[in-house]
Amino acid sequence: MKKNNEKLFTILALIVLGILVYLAENNLDAYKLRILNLSAIYVTLGVSLNLIYGFTGQFSLGHAGFMAIGAYVTSLLVLPPYYKEMIFILEPLAWPFTVMHAPFIIALLLSGLLSALVAILIGLPVLRLKGDYLGIATLGFAEIVRIVANNIPQVTNGALGIKGIPELSNLWWTVGVAVFTIYIIKGLISSSYGRALMAIRENEIAAEVIGVNLTYHKVMSFAISAFFAGVAGGLFACMLTTIDPRAFMFVMTFNILIVVVLGGLGSITGTVFAAFLFNYALEYLRPIESGFNIGPIVIPSIPGLRMVTFSALLLIVILYMKKGLLGGIEFSWKGLAKFIRNKIFPDKKSSEGGTV
Amino acid sequence: MSLHLILQNLANGLSLGSLYALIAIGYTMVYGILRLINFAHGEIFMLAPYFLYYGLLIFHLPWWASIIVAIALTAVTGMLSERIAYRPLRNSPRISVLISAIGVSFFLQNLAIVLFTGIPKAFHRPTFFKTIYQFGEIRIQSTLFASVIVSTIFLTLLIYVVYRTKTGLAMRSISTDIETSRLMAVDVDKTISVTFAIGSALAAVGGILWALRFPQLFPFMGMIPGLKAFIAAVVGGIGNIPGAMLGGLLLGMSEILFVAFFPALSGYRDAFIFAVLILVLLLKPDGIFGKNIQEKV
Repeated sequence: MKKNNEKLFTILALIVLGILVYLAENNLDAYKLRILNLSAIYVTLGVSLNLIYGFTGQFSLGHAGFMAIGAYVTSLLVLPPYYKEMIFILEPLAWPFTVMHAPFIIALLLSGLLSALVAILIGLPVLRLKGDYLGIATLGFAEIVRIVANNIPQVTNGALGIKGIPELSNLWWTVGVAVFTIYIIKGLISSSYGRALMAIRENEIAAEVIGVNLTYHKVMSFAISAFFAGVAGGLFACMLTTIDPRAFMFVMTFNILIVVVLGGLGSITGTVFAAFLFNYALEYLRPIESGFNIGPIVIPSIPGLRMVTFSALLLIVILYMKKGLLGGIEFSWKGLAKFIRNKIFPDKKSSEGGTV
Repeated sequence: MSLHLILQNLANGLSLGSLYALIAIGYTMVYGILRLINFAHGEIFMLAPYFLYYGLLIFHLPWWASIIVAIALTAVTGMLSERIAYRPLRNSPRISVLISAIGVSFFLQNLAIVLFTGIPKAFHRPTFFKTIYQFGEIRIQSTLFASVIVSTIFLTLLIYVVYRTKTGLAMRSISTDIETSRLMAVDVDKTISVTFAIGSALAAVGGILWALRFPQLFPFMGMIPGLKAFIAAVVGGIGNIPGAMLGGLLLGMSEILFVAFFPALSGYRDAFIFAVLILVLLLKPDGIFGKNIQEKV
């Protein structure tokens, strides 16, 4: 298939996506929109974690920390000043934050940039570590962010958290950011930078020998990953309308990691699929714990049963689908065309000598 | 700071540290053998005091019997988790096993919510454990003695098992090279099961002592102590048993002493612990007592 055709298909697909988002925004109720928004935010989070872990091979467990930074920056920027005075009861908000105000898009960009800056600062020393040690160090960093957020009430309102954040994240924003993230990261990994990152993943020493600057590439990948995590954190805050440090415990990072691994490491398509599946599974399992009847048998409501079922399902998927849900396939128009051709004209292939 | 306050804090640090040491052993043994960060270990730790609570409350067992039953049940849970969730993934990428461990952790936490409800339960200590001894100006709870004495006994036993018995030899051999051990007729699966049983039993002892010290049970109680014990294992050099013990003691001490010396910063206690962790990793990535393995090209 020609390059031009592929571009055309992509544009068509984006238009279709736009129409779907428009229809969803106008027809679906708040509950369904919430699940879609959350899934789209998870796509951004998952794809960005995939960049540093799936493509660069650096085990980072710091995503919750970057999300927290983004969430607080966005919240402080989009909250109207008069409202800030009302919610900071324990300690009044410190000076520059009281007057700061910015439109949503600027707030999101600043969230991302600050996260990326922090990532560069923490990444320069920490990214020298390898494997599990890197994971532990970044997990420690994320916990430090959370604890600091808990202890500076003059900026974050401490454990009470920030309430009444304007609900600015709609599907246009969440899906838009997700598509933008995929576009940027897909572009990055198909470039020479991407080759360098994958070379680092496969063998650091070999990559260094052929002239890949390890520190530069690792830190860049980490910073870009953190940028999108920060933006996603901002979207997350403006979707929930309330945030507190507990929302960014390491369990949050685990959720994103589950999405990435279930989708298949290094597969963007898989991550997108797993992000939606993860959030929808959690919602569809909700009736389980609210009690139901099987014929004459009344099952009472049992809190916790939903997550028990969910984690059991997660274990089954991990144990039986070892290559991830999609087996590591990456979507491309070429692949789709090949798939359709093989399905619709299965015998033509053999007559043509199977050169598809 | 006056002398008696320092002594008081050292005593508290010692008792907290001995609990971390007990939990850290499980992390370090499993990591040493399977190279797996067993994120479900904190949940294993949480189950033990619940088993004890129900043994006493529902089955009216005497104290000594419920403690034995609780430790045994916890050890069995640990072994089962390995049998079901980790063994089938022995030849899979390590990240799959890690996700499996996270899955087990979620599962046990929520199973605890289903079985025991999310409402915190008050753990009724026998009066012996409420006694407070007065030494001059230092006041020491009997649980403090109990935790130090009991952990010393169990850790000595563990050292004996690992360094003086055939099973211990098998464990050490597997942690060096799993394939060669198999060729040398070491029963790998059985030894790994035993490792999980020992690690979980020690976590159970730690959990029970923890509940005697902080008598409140809730399904998420294992998360933070688990994470900290894990840090203790890393600081001591993960995979190294004496390292985990010393790491645990160091962590307990520094946690208590940080708050003692900087009471105004007590909210940052855990952040301080994590910062120490990152520093240790940067300066000595294999931990204080870790083996320094040269990278092969």
